Amino acid sequence: MTFDVQQIRSQFPVLAREINDYPLTYLDNAASAQKPTAVMDAMTSQTERAYANVHRGLHTMANETTEAFEAARGKVASFLGAPSDKNIVFTRGATEALNLCAYGLAHMIEPGDEIIITQMEHHSNIVPWHFLRERHGAVIKFVPVTDEGALDLGAYKAMLGEKTKIVSIVHMSNVLGTVNPIKDMATWAHAAGAIFISDGTQAAVHMDIDVQDLGVDLYCMTGHKLYGPTAIGALYGTSATLDKMQPFNGGGEMIEDVFEDRVTYNDAPYKFEAGTPPILEAIGLGAAIDWVRQFSSEDIRQHEMALYHAARDGLADMNSIQVVGTTADKGPVLSFNLKGAHAHDLAQILDKYGVAVRAGQHCTQPLMARFGIHSTARASFGIYNTLDEAERFVEAVRKAARFLA
Amino acid sequence: MTCMTYPENIQDLIDDFAFLDDWEDRYMHVIDLGKALPPLPLEAKTDVNKVKGCASQVWLVSDQKNDAWKFSGDSDAHIVKGLVAIVLEIYSGRTAEEISKLDANDILSKLGLSEHLSAQRANGLAAMIARIKTEALG
Repeated sequence: MTFDVQQIRSQFPVLAREINDYPLTYLDNAASAQKPTAVMDAMTSQTERAYANVHRGLHTMANETTEAFEAARGKVASFLGAPSDKNIVFTRGATEALNLCAYGLAHMIEPGDEIIITQMEHHSNIVPWHFLRERHGAVIKFVPVTDEGALDLGAYKAMLGEKTKIVSIVHMSNVLGTVNPIKDMATWAHAAGAIFISDGTQAAVHMDIDVQDLGVDLYCMTGHKLYGPTAIGALYGTSATLDKMQPFNGGGEMIEDVFEDRVTYNDAPYKFEAGTPPILEAIGLGAAIDWVRQFSSEDIRQHEMALYHAARDGLADMNSIQVVGTTADKGPVLSFNLKGAHAHDLAQILDKYGVAVRAGQHCTQPLMARFGIHSTARASFGIYNTLDEAERFVEAVRKAARFLA
Repeated sequence: MTCMTYPENIQDLIDDFAFLDDWEDRYMHVIDLGKALPPLPLEAKTDVNKVKGCASQVWLVSDQKNDAWKFSGDSDAHIVKGLVAIVLEIYSGRTAEEISKLDANDILSKLGLSEHLSAQRANGLAAMIARIKTEALG
């Protein structure tokens, strides 16, 4: 389908809102994206037409709901380039997917074993590994980040060794926008005998993902940043890796048989999906994937990066602006500070002009510490943003600077 | 409460804000009040003095002398520091009984700043006021 941003916007009713008498300029997409009517309709119409619990049902609506739910799993598999639906575990989001990875692999960790992550990870890809440090004696190593916001790959290679058991690296940084070379990083990790995990929370929204080409063992994504519902995400795993992982939550659906003295487990992915899953949310995620995939990912990328560059160029002549994350290979995320002002001041004033940005630490305290800053303001662009909005953002930042200078 | 008479310094604050007719002027004035607030010394910016529930960092120090509570505070964000200055103007130098009778909701709405007061707002204004009341009233 041809890329027509006005036609796209018309499918997002919320974008017609006004905030403080200004048209809404929603640039908080890296935190959560708005939903097109196609996603809301898919969830509503499923509820109206055929709703029941999934799996093992013997009546018509149970079968129909199961088919829709499993079809959504197939859409995620195809979206990520997974070999089979069996490689996709539904989770509550990327955070739960990463926690599942850590929990599922914990039994392989002995005191002194090393887990490599980076200074640019979201807390979701730090704290679960701290659990393994606290409970299993794992040693966490952080790949350093350069001044431009790239990973120091030489340092990474030097860290890999026979003690390395797990490497878990963000594909696209939620603060810097940096796209990391995870294909190479996975190859090097595998040569050291480690399992390679990537957090694709941001990347899956802005790039074509092919988990088989990337060569990752596990890959995490979430639905609500991909124009889908909240409370649904997915973990891709190779069959060999998923088979190695211990189950996370115990309950219905994840078992094969339960006895008084033992229990046997279902196969992946069901082994990891205890209890009634978020059925409608999964179906909504499937609809979001269908919706996004009607556009060429190259068209989306070019559009979003044009907005990023317009915003960044618009601020370029302001000496008081410090941009954090300036690598060439990056997504449409603009993190910045205004000298002498707190990012929260900036965000509050931008809101007065209808411009929604995020300000704070973005769940990346080690990264803030690396750059010696307390916080940043972050404008993140999505499929429905326009050049007008990028200009309104620049204008609002200029006005805010006058307040805060 | 609308017909309540306020102490002179609070009435002055209300009168000053009454001259400001849009949010831009009010924000500018809030920021100016923050800039005029003497910064807390570094050694007062401790975890104990930090007000929980503020997205930016806010510190509040209390001191009781002859029945009167003296509060001082600081923040690393301009707007929030201005809100700290207003809260101090309202509460500092008063007795516990005076503090208990002051209606911050009413004062802030007279200043045109009530949007900042919701407990869900990340600026922590509500948390600052709650902390002052806890300190003074137990």
